[in-house]
Amino acid sequence: MIPEIGHYALVLALLLAVAQSVMPLVGAARRDVAWMETGRMAAFAQLAAITVSFAALMQAHVVSDFSVLNVVNNSHSLKPMLYKVAGVWGNHEGSLLLWVFMLALFGAAVAGFGRNIPPTLKARVLGVQGLIGVGFLLFILVTSNPFARVYPAPIDGNDLNPLLQDPGLAFHPPFLYLGYVGFSVAFSFAVGALIEGRVDPAWGRWVRPWTLVAWSSLTMGIAMGSWWAYYELGWGGWWFWDPVENASLMPWLAGTALLHSAIVVEKRDALKTWTILLAILTFSLSLLGTFLVRSGVLTSVHAFAVDPQRGVAVLGLLILATGGGLLLFALRAHALKIGGLFSPLSREGALVLNNLLLSVSAAVVLIGTLMPLLLDAFGHKISVGAPYFNFITPFLTIPLVLVMALGPFMPWKRADLSGVLSRMWVVALLTFISVMLALWLAGVKPVMALVGIAMAAWAGFGAVWEVAERVKLFRVPLGESLSRAKGLPLGAWGTAVAHAGMGIAIAGMVGTTFWLAEDVRVMKLGDKASIAGYEVTLDKVEDLAVANYRTEMGSFMIRRDGKLVSTLTAERRWYPVAKMQTTEAAIHTTFYSDLYIVLGEENPGGGGWVVRLYHHPLVPWIWIGSLVMVLGGCLSLSDRRLRVGVPARRTAPVPAALQPAE
Amino acid sequence: MSAVTRHRLLLLLPLAVFLILGGYFALGLTRDPSKLPSMLIDKPAPSFALPGLSEGEKGLSNADLLGKVQLVNVFASWCAPCRVEHPLLMRLAKEQGVTIHAINYKDKPDAAQAFLAQMGNPYTSIGADKDGRVAIDFGVYGVPETYVIDKQGRVRYRHVGPLMPFDVEETILPMIRELSK
Repeated sequence: MIPEIGHYALVLALLLAVAQSVMPLVGAARRDVAWMETGRMAAFAQLAAITVSFAALMQAHVVSDFSVLNVVNNSHSLKPMLYKVAGVWGNHEGSLLLWVFMLALFGAAVAGFGRNIPPTLKARVLGVQGLIGVGFLLFILVTSNPFARVYPAPIDGNDLNPLLQDPGLAFHPPFLYLGYVGFSVAFSFAVGALIEGRVDPAWGRWVRPWTLVAWSSLTMGIAMGSWWAYYELGWGGWWFWDPVENASLMPWLAGTALLHSAIVVEKRDALKTWTILLAILTFSLSLLGTFLVRSGVLTSVHAFAVDPQRGVAVLGLLILATGGGLLLFALRAHALKIGGLFSPLSREGALVLNNLLLSVSAAVVLIGTLMPLLLDAFGHKISVGAPYFNFITPFLTIPLVLVMALGPFMPWKRADLSGVLSRMWVVALLTFISVMLALWLAGVKPVMALVGIAMAAWAGFGAVWEVAERVKLFRVPLGESLSRAKGLPLGAWGTAVAHAGMGIAIAGMVGTTFWLAEDVRVMKLGDKASIAGYEVTLDKVEDLAVANYRTEMGSFMIRRDGKLVSTLTAERRWYPVAKMQTTEAAIHTTFYSDLYIVLGEENPGGGGWVVRLYHHPLVPWIWIGSLVMVLGGCLSLSDRRLRVGVPARRTAPVPAALQPAE
Repeated sequence: MSAVTRHRLLLLLPLAVFLILGGYFALGLTRDPSKLPSMLIDKPAPSFALPGLSEGEKGLSNADLLGKVQLVNVFASWCAPCRVEHPLLMRLAKEQGVTIHAINYKDKPDAAQAFLAQMGNPYTSIGADKDGRVAIDFGVYGVPETYVIDKQGRVRYRHVGPLMPFDVEETILPMIRELSK
C-alpha cells in the first residue's frame, strides 16, 4: 500500500510541477498577481508530494519490502541499517527521486525566501524550476518507476554493490546532487532574467546565495567521493580522471567561475552577458554529468547501472534545457545593457582572467572526457586517459593560483601592479621559506613538487595575508586590528578562508603525488616491515563472518621509535550475494601524513600474505582543505548583505523600462 | 557586417556548439560501447609483435595466441577500472587456470611493473604497446578491454570496460568452456 501511495504522490507532483511552470510564467507575462502567486503555492505543494514519495521509498528499503523491485535489486535483509537507508539513492531510480526531491526543495526555498525579488522575476524563476521538474518527473514515471512491484516477491534481495556499502559513500550522492541541482536555481534566474530582458547588480546579489549553496555542497560531495576512493579502492589514489569524476568536476569549475563573475555583476554591473551564459552552462554541465553517469556512453568504474534507453531520455532533457536556455540567450542576450568599464589591471580584470582559466579548464576536462566518444563517431579509436589530464593540469592551475592570491589585493576599476606586489612581499617571503623547507625535507627532486608547494604556499599565505592587510595587522595596535577583524564583512572572510582551503588542498595533492613511498612484500605472522620511520608488524589474520559479508582481517601493530602508536586492521571482504570482493585499507593518520596498509592475497607458495604499505605525505590536507573551502562558502553565505530576505540597498537606480520582446 | 550583427552572431555561437555536441551524443547513444562489435569478431587477431615490459623480457605476439583458448586483456596502470577488475583476473588465472595475455596500453613500463607488483600478476605474457598502435589494430575503445581468442587464434568475443563477476560467470567462462571442446 505504501509504495502505491509513493507512486501516486509522484504523479501528483508531476501535475503540480506543470501548474508551477505554466501559471507563474503566464502570470508574469500578463502581470497577473494571482497567477504568479499560484506558482509559489504549487512549489510548496510539489515539495510536499515528493517528500511523501521519497519517504515511501525509504520505508520500503528500511523494512526490506521485497515485493518492490527496486528493493530486491539493491538491498538485502542482512544489510546494515545505514546502507538500507543509503541504498535508497544508491541506484538509478532512487537517485533520480532524490534529484527531484532536491529540485523541489530548492523550488520551495526560492518561493519561501527572497521576498525582495521582484514578483515577475520570481514568478519566472519558479516557472523555469517547474519546467525542469516536469522533465525529470516525467522521466522517472515513464522510464524509471522506483515503486514497480514484483510478483511473486523473492525471499531476499540481490544486495547493494559492496563498493557502495561505505559510510563515506552513503552521503556522497546527496551532497553531489545538492550541488548539481542547486545550480538549477542559477539557471532559472538566468532564464528568468533573459525573459525579463534585464540584469542589474541586484540580480547578481540574488543569484549568489544559491550558487554558493550549490558550490559548497558540490565541493563537499566531490571531496567525499575522492576520500571514499582513497580509502576504499585500496591503493590510495584519490583522483582518477574517470569520466564520472570529471562529470562532477566540470560543473564545479564552471560554478566556481559563475560565483566569481556574479560578484562582478553585483559590484560593478559588468560581465552580465557572460555571467548569464555561465549560469546556463553550469547547470547544463550538471545535466551532462547526470547524462554521462546514467546513459553508459562512456565506460567507467562508476557506471554501476547503465541503460541506453534511459540515456536517450536524459539526453532529451539535456537538449531541451540547455538548447532552450542557449536559444533564449541567442535571441535575448543582446538586450542586456553593457555595464561598467574597467582597466585590465583591476580586480575585475583578475576575475575575468580567473573566469577565463576556469572555463578553459572546464572545456579541457570536457574534451578529455568526451574525446573517445567524439572520435568514435568519426570512426577513429582513441583513448584519452590520465596522461592527458596530468600533462595539461599544471598549465592551467599555476596561473590560476597565481591570480587567485593576487586578485583580492587588487582594487576595483584600476590597480597598479607594483603597488599590489609590494603589499604581497610577505607572501612571497613565506612562499620562499616553504619551498626551502620542502627542499630541506624532501630534496630537489622532483622539481614539480617544489613548484607545487610554492603554489600551495602562495595561495594559502596569500589568503591569510590579505586578511592581515585588511585589519592592518602589526601596523596598528592589536586591539584595533581585532575590532577591524570583527567589522570585516563575512563575505571577505569567506573569500579568504576558501582561498586558503584551496592552498591547503593543493599542498595535499602535491605531497601525495610526488612524495609517495610504497613497499610490497610477503609478510608472515610476526614479520616486520619498515616504511617512512614506522615499523609495521603483522600480528594476526582472522576469518570472520559479519552481517552480509565474510572478511579476512589482518591486525597490524604500528611502532615508531620502538613505541606502539597504533593497532590497525586491514580487511579483504567477500560479499557472497553480490559475488564481489572489496578491500578495506588500514590507515594511520597523523594529519601530516597517512600510513596506508592493504592486506592482499594469501601467498600461494610459502604461506604469509602479500601486504602493500604506502606512506602518503600531506594527503589528509586534500580533504581538510576541501572542508575549509566549504567553510569559506558557508561564511560567505551567512554574510548579511547576501542574506535572502534582508532589504537590499540599491546601488544604482534600476532602469524601469523593459526591453521590447521580439 | 555591422558590429551589431556580429554581436548577435556571437551570441548564437554557444547554441551552435551545443547543437553539434548534442548531435554527437545522440550518435554516441546509438553505439553502446559495451556492445560495440569488434570488426575482428571471428577473424584472426591482427599480426603484431610487442616487446616485453623490460629489456630481455618476453613480449607478446600473435603467434602466442594459437593453440588454446585464451584471453587478451588490455590494461594500463593509470586506468582506475583496470584496478577494479584486476582481482577478478587474478582469480580467473589462479582458480580457473585461464591463460591471460596482456597488452599494456600507453603506459610507462615502470608504472606497469609497480601496478603488477601491487596487484599481482595474472598474465602469462605482457606486450608493451607504448604508442597504442596494436591497440588500434584491435580496435580498442578504451581501457580496460578483454578479448576471447580461440584455438585458431581468432577473436571470438570482445568485452569493453571492467569485467564484473557476472560477466565472467555468465559469458566469459561458458564461452571458454564451449570453445575448448
